[in-house]
Amino acid sequence: MRRVVITGAGTINPLGQNVSDTLEAMREGRCGIGELEIRDVDRLSVKIGGQVKGYDEHAHFNRQQIALYDRFTQFALLAAKEAIGQSGLEFIGDLAARSGVVLGTSGGGLSTQDENYRAVYEEGKNRVHPFIVPKLMNNAAASHVSMEWNLKGPTFTVATACASSNHAMGQAFQMIRSGMADAMVTGGSESMLCFGGVKAWEGLRVMSKEACRPFSANRSGMVQGEGAGIFVFEEYERAKKRGAEIMAEVSGFAMTSDASDIVMPSKQGAARAITGALADARMNRDDIGYINAHGTGTAANDKTECAAVADALGRQADRLMISSTKSMHGHLIGGTGAVELLACILALRDGIIAPTIGYEEADPECALDVVPNDAREAPVDAVLSNAFAFGGLNAVLALRKI
Amino acid sequence: MTAAVRDRVIGIIAEQAVLEVSDVKGEQTLEDLGIDSLGLVESIFAIEEEFDIQVPFNANEPEKSDFDISSVNAIVTAVEGLVKDQHG
Repeated sequence: MRRVVITGAGTINPLGQNVSDTLEAMREGRCGIGELEIRDVDRLSVKIGGQVKGYDEHAHFNRQQIALYDRFTQFALLAAKEAIGQSGLEFIGDLAARSGVVLGTSGGGLSTQDENYRAVYEEGKNRVHPFIVPKLMNNAAASHVSMEWNLKGPTFTVATACASSNHAMGQAFQMIRSGMADAMVTGGSESMLCFGGVKAWEGLRVMSKEACRPFSANRSGMVQGEGAGIFVFEEYERAKKRGAEIMAEVSGFAMTSDASDIVMPSKQGAARAITGALADARMNRDDIGYINAHGTGTAANDKTECAAVADALGRQADRLMISSTKSMHGHLIGGTGAVELLACILALRDGIIAPTIGYEEADPECALDVVPNDAREAPVDAVLSNAFAFGGLNAVLALRKI
Repeated sequence: MTAAVRDRVIGIIAEQAVLEVSDVKGEQTLEDLGIDSLGLVESIFAIEEEFDIQVPFNANEPEKSDFDISSVNAIVTAVEGLVKDQHG
């Protein structure tokens, strides 16, 4: 079976507008969550978020591009540029035909929808810009990355709420492993921090008004974030032959459905995805040194996730480290797994485990080593990245040091 | 006023529980009535809409909320308090 490695990474998120700044913030346990700066924030009861601050779209794109690129597409394009640049790949000829783009997103061009609904309903306008449909569609980011970089193979968008990025990267991985593609640009992007986007989440009453504190007994809920993480996945022999810098190997993937509840997570569904990823990667439980948790900071997720990890990994659950970087960048929903994969690379390549910040009080139902508040130097050879979505859809990736 | 609040709250709870209003008793808990966490959040939304009030409730820390949901009577009392506070 063909092996798959990561040869490029790019990001823009609340912790940094590139990979090195983001990894530095993770090492330092910095918090990217703050006061939301969006229109009508005074009408929201949740006023914090992991927003990409100091971002000027005009510094990156011209007027014609901005007319077509929603914020989630802009984030995807910027992260893709960094990732593809690092990979050194040039997509021409056969390689272009055998390379594609699979991206995760949940809201797609939600900000564009929000703005234009406002224009027609609130402001009573009877006309909107001609490009609203191609700007808001969920596949806009994947298509623009494909167009920008001449990627002519399988290209589509995966939307499975909070697991979108992991499902997308799992697809990209399987395509290369099976021989369907030689290189894939994959990850996810999200930008839901607009009035309607936050208002909808407020309604569920699971949002925190102060901070994201995963696994901490005094947790008060999740905090939304925005941004993108994009990677170049490449067939191992090909990457080795051309002397590419290999960041990590993607060695397994599994997905399951709880088939039970539209919002409450299931321990069994999550545990089956974890054991499935291990089996797919031909790893033993004892190989796993670190898990990047889904760790949303809600009571429902954190307790269920810890129980699932304990069930799936047995005694190894008490030895390994598990952290939630959502405490720093917030929950990027459809883009979250992609930004969190950076923490997995940090662990495998640099031997640094990103912390769970904001941790204040032990929760007996989350009695694992959650790497509280400070990053830790600890070499690990294999890691997992969990994503458990609303709708009961679970997607777990297994990665190995190379 | 008090009776009216009680009837309206019980009406909302009964609808959520898919029961007749007469089958909802003051001492019952939401669990007794078969209302789960989603049903609770939906009931709170319906109460906010019905009375035009804000109900302080976070599903992650229900025990820390000022809004007592331990029984139907407790909810009625809590709503009466909120209506009084917010509409004086």
